[in-house]
Amino acid sequence: MNDFLFARSQMAMSLAFHIIFAALGIGLPLLMALAEGAYLRTKNPVYLDLSKRWAKGTAILFAVGAVSGTVLSFELGLLWPGFMEYAGAIIGMPFSLEGFAFFTEAIFLGIYLYGWDRISPLAHWISGVLVAISGMLSGVFVVTANAWMNAPTGFDIVDGKVVNIDPIAAMLNPASFHEVLHMTLAAYVATGFAVAAVHAWFVLKDPTSHFHRRALGIALLMATISIPLQILSGDHSAKRVAELQPAKFAAMESHYQTEAGAPIILGGIANDDAMRVDYAIKIPYALSFLAYNDPFAEVTGLAEFPRDEWPNSNIVHWAFDIMVGSGMVMLALALWAGWLWWRTRRLPDHQWLLWALVFAGPLGFIAIEAGWVVTEVGRQPWIIYGVMRTAEAVTPIPGLVVPFVTFTLLYLVLSIVLVFLLRRQFLETATPADLETVTAPPSGKGVYPDAD
Amino acid sequence: MLIEFSLNLIIATVIVIALILYALLAGADFGGGMWDLLAWGPRARQQREAIADAIGPVWEANHVWLILVIVLLFTAYPPAFAAIMTALHIPITIVLIGIVLRGSAFVFRKYDAQDDATHRRWSTVFSIASFLTPLFLGMTLGGLASGAIRVQDGLVTTGFLAGWTSAFAIACGLFAQGLFAFLAAAYMTVETAADPTLQADFRWRALFSGLSLAPAAALVFGLAWREAPLLFAELTDWWAPWLLVATSVAALAALAALWWRQFQLARVAAALQVALILGGWALAQYPALIVPDLTIENSVAPLYTLRLLVITLAAGAIVLLPSLGYLYYIFKRP
Repeated sequence: MNDFLFARSQMAMSLAFHIIFAALGIGLPLLMALAEGAYLRTKNPVYLDLSKRWAKGTAILFAVGAVSGTVLSFELGLLWPGFMEYAGAIIGMPFSLEGFAFFTEAIFLGIYLYGWDRISPLAHWISGVLVAISGMLSGVFVVTANAWMNAPTGFDIVDGKVVNIDPIAAMLNPASFHEVLHMTLAAYVATGFAVAAVHAWFVLKDPTSHFHRRALGIALLMATISIPLQILSGDHSAKRVAELQPAKFAAMESHYQTEAGAPIILGGIANDDAMRVDYAIKIPYALSFLAYNDPFAEVTGLAEFPRDEWPNSNIVHWAFDIMVGSGMVMLALALWAGWLWWRTRRLPDHQWLLWALVFAGPLGFIAIEAGWVVTEVGRQPWIIYGVMRTAEAVTPIPGLVVPFVTFTLLYLVLSIVLVFLLRRQFLETATPADLETVTAPPSGKGVYPDAD
Repeated sequence: MLIEFSLNLIIATVIVIALILYALLAGADFGGGMWDLLAWGPRARQQREAIADAIGPVWEANHVWLILVIVLLFTAYPPAFAAIMTALHIPITIVLIGIVLRGSAFVFRKYDAQDDATHRRWSTVFSIASFLTPLFLGMTLGGLASGAIRVQDGLVTTGFLAGWTSAFAIACGLFAQGLFAFLAAAYMTVETAADPTLQADFRWRALFSGLSLAPAAALVFGLAWREAPLLFAELTDWWAPWLLVATSVAALAALAALWWRQFQLARVAAALQVALILGGWALAQYPALIVPDLTIENSVAPLYTLRLLVITLAAGAIVLLPSLGYLYYIFKRP
């Protein structure tokens, strides 16, 4: 591997690590605010215990998300100074807005986590709601910057120089809407299914646990509402990519020859030299229909583009299939759960469903990782689509293997520790002692007894 | 031209203010981590707990000032950002590792403190990272000021070790450590008002670290004469003696207030002292971002970007300042 590949690997690894915490940082605060809202309405102490437990998870994950996000904001310059020099003035604005949204999130999370007995219950709940909103907004702003890399607008190039910079047009580029919608929903889907998996497992162990039944109910609500919307937004995204980045779209589908009535190719091994896909399943006319709502529409193939502008089709295609496959499995689970709920009007706790939910826990995050591989690897060889190649943007510094290995080891250790820690904190059944603390009459200063 | 100049100056000023606030707030959190490592005596455990309680609710918000600095830098001065991240790749990467380790170890310790051994393990990671990060932050700033990093046609020509490896830059790093430790100890005297013995511990630490700042400052100053001549030349401008007097008055006021146990006053004077040092530094370096080649004039973004950025800053401040006020009102009011 050369320095360029190490730079790409370090960026990919940092993003893959951070995105998990970013998504949980959007999804978990909403769950925690929903639980506290339910407590304020019903005064049922189980909900209070639940919001505290989810808040602890949020605290740990948010801290790791905050520091790994800081690393990324520096890595933009540490690894891609050519890109930042070119693009800073164009897409700096969404990053500034993200800075403020993130600031707000950090402030109100501090208030939420440490302020249980220092402010009124309503003010506390509002702080939680603000964490959920600002967390969502920081994601929105950052994704618009990524969308710009895929659909760069808001500037002109005259004689090789960037002129007429319009940061607002850059932020509201043609890819912003579908990328933002798809990523925001993805955060709720992934968090919803992951949290549902945890609590489904405990409901299997103890079907009478009020704590886990209510937790499962809230998480399932988030998961089952967001996944159908996500499938629709995914369909919209695919159509937009077909229009905006035909080479990426062709790579996603391993589609080499331009043809009318194109089939969807599932799996297989793409062979760039022979321009065919071996061992794949083909669904006739489906690709034309997916991209243009017309089974006979013509779909552009990779063959139309110069060979040095092809993304790696095997990676992009498989990542796309994994993302869509995970989404479909989650959709099926949501329909199953919804159907059970509709028939019985109570928490769907059929044993088979619970087991299925347990195993589906990581699917949302697998879909997120695969989806980002589609977006980012599918954008290659460009760092700014059609404008600047990734290789032109890389730092001249040698020995990039050193930071790559260092950050990889660092993140690996952090991941292991986190799994260990969350297991203890997050998976623990509510012990009788905990519930006692919660149900005991409030003593001292505040309405909320402190569980710590 | 005048509008462009004013907008440019506004953004540069906001960057300096954000940097000062980062030093005053997050710097003190790093300082807290240093005193965690240096906690000794019969109340070592209580000292650590008091530090953790003081940092807990605010450190994440405090940390965001650094992100604001970075974002403003790359939006308003993209070529300078690219050059800084290239020439100072190594110390900045070390700062980042420190930031990751400090933050994660701090929350891991809080939520994983089931027995003393694990607690100590996270404490060690947290506090060593708190020591290293300010050192390399100071070396980074020292590198920018040293004049040893040269940029031609947007390309760094002096390699990846220039500036930050000089004795001057290392002295800057040590000075940053001293400042942060002093700030933390001075703030902790207010945080521990409920426990006079603990307060006395931090009072001694503040006095000791405050006094040690004088020789450290002299060292930075002396080395600047030899290794950062351009910065040093600016420090002989007409305003420099006045600033030096003001900084010394703040420093003496902080020490006197600590001596006579006027802790609220000591906190303010210590913060003022650090703000004056960094503000003076920024004035001396003005208008250079990387001494001497890149300035806020020759690397500034187009006017429209500046205009939008200033509007964004104003709008952001409307959301941010009341929220921050609320945060500190809840956790830091006397």
